[in-house]
Amino acid sequence: MQNMHEIQKQLVDNFNQFETNNEKFDYLINLGQSIPEMRSDQKTESNLVAGCQSNVWIDIRCEDYKLYIEADSDSLIVKGIASLLVLVLSGQDASEILNTNMGFIEEIGLWRQLSTQRGTGLTAMLAKIHSAAEKCRDLQK
Amino acid sequence: MLKPISNSRTDFPILNREVNGHPLVYLDNGATTQKPQVVIDAISDYYSKFNSNVHRGNHSLSMQATVAHEESRKNVCSFINAASEREIIFTRGTTEAINLVAFSFGEGFVSHGDEIVVTQMEHHSNFVPWQLMCQRKGAHLRVVPIDKNGELDLSTFKLLLSERTKLVAVTHVSNALGTVNPLEEIIPLAHTAGAIVLVDGAQAVQHISHDVRAMDADFYAFSGHKIYGPTGIGVLYGKEKWLDRMPPYQSGGEMIDRVTLDKTTYNTLPFKFEAGTPNIEGSIGLAAAINYLAQFSPLEIQTHEEDLLDYGLERLKSIPGMIIYGNPKKRSSILSFSINEIQHFDMGTLLDLYGIAVRTGHHCTQPLMDALGIAGTVRASFGIYNTREDIDILVEGIMFVKKRLGK
Repeated sequence: MQNMHEIQKQLVDNFNQFETNNEKFDYLINLGQSIPEMRSDQKTESNLVAGCQSNVWIDIRCEDYKLYIEADSDSLIVKGIASLLVLVLSGQDASEILNTNMGFIEEIGLWRQLSTQRGTGLTAMLAKIHSAAEKCRDLQK
Repeated sequence: MLKPISNSRTDFPILNREVNGHPLVYLDNGATTQKPQVVIDAISDYYSKFNSNVHRGNHSLSMQATVAHEESRKNVCSFINAASEREIIFTRGTTEAINLVAFSFGEGFVSHGDEIVVTQMEHHSNFVPWQLMCQRKGAHLRVVPIDKNGELDLSTFKLLLSERTKLVAVTHVSNALGTVNPLEEIIPLAHTAGAIVLVDGAQAVQHISHDVRAMDADFYAFSGHKIYGPTGIGVLYGKEKWLDRMPPYQSGGEMIDRVTLDKTTYNTLPFKFEAGTPNIEGSIGLAAAINYLAQFSPLEIQTHEEDLLDYGLERLKSIPGMIIYGNPKKRSSILSFSINEIQHFDMGTLLDLYGIAVRTGHHCTQPLMDALGIAGTVRASFGIYNTREDIDILVEGIMFVKKRLGK
């Protein structure tokens, strides 16, 4: 498995090959479509992350101190954002997730659009993953 | 000599800018309107020529600022046809105006077991303050439902009114659907039942007639920034007989008559409800906006905006998969819609890439969205400077987004 830093760098490079926000959004939406579909029974209230304008579900499993993350949203753009987190963090060691800076999202060139929108729920998604990562890491103790 | 509305566009400097490489098409006027140069100049003049604190100063600048601030109150008074400037309270906006009444009227007049009537289409600003007041006072909140056209169910409203009803809080125009509520029926019904009426005029004063005495509202609230004025200033109109008997809302400077170690007596109206230094640039900017609007014929504003609504409805309905929310007999300047299978947040974000500004989401009306069984809508809302061409560009933008998402 690639380490998180390499995946982040790859994603940033992929986004940066597009010049316009239009193309970047298309790529973000395609990324969202590329991650596995979530089963309907995973879309529970407890997996729901509060976003102002969209529903986003994050299902997290802890196995061998690693997190396995699945995500879905009724918004294609929000699903694209969630897929960035899935691609970088899913399958990674919980304690490494907690030590990894996710600042790469600022470098994909859509930060102004995404960070100012309460609707994306990006902060809430990350908080949910971090909280699951802490629990998963603590199982080791 | 009245100014034709077709000349208004050039008065708004921001409309010349581009967004994401496209000319700005601003259709988010329900959230806030753009400001004409005269409003921007009025605020700038205040700070560059006579900025000073108002009321108690005895120097020239303070007197000039006081005159301007109080002239603004007179201006607002005649704009809504209030009986006296004592009935015009400056607030931060509609939300604060409603909170003021919910608190002060609640403290003065509402007891355990009393009832407050609101409607299912209220903005959270005209819903939550009453919910909280009811919790505080042990009163009950009664909610008027809406029918399938997005209009208030008046037969249920009549049933909800009783001798226990203390106040009815209703919006003049729905911020999510554009429904114009029949205040000419609602207010007399409430008064006959012995209740008083607060009208949320945030989406109305800039579009349709707003004579508070003709409608006989007991309270009427609106925001400066939705009528081409600045943010942070709003108005609470209240009948003097109620304002006089209500206890103060906030306390501190300006609102006092005499403070001793034992007790405080209050200033006269309207100052009793205006604690602290007021928003002087706000009142001056608001007066400039009202003066600006006065250059146009109210009938022409209404006709122009009705034309945009009719044209917008016709054009939007031609788009496959289009759902328009609400079908009221009277609608004002707001079209709420969605397209099958395209989430509203995606639509709004992608329309922005074409320079089109709309609002998406629940529009702070979650009880209404629950009644409609949806999570949110896309809302296009019009102002005096919008044109049929803006609607054509919106429709083109929606078609681009549909194609892009393969819908």
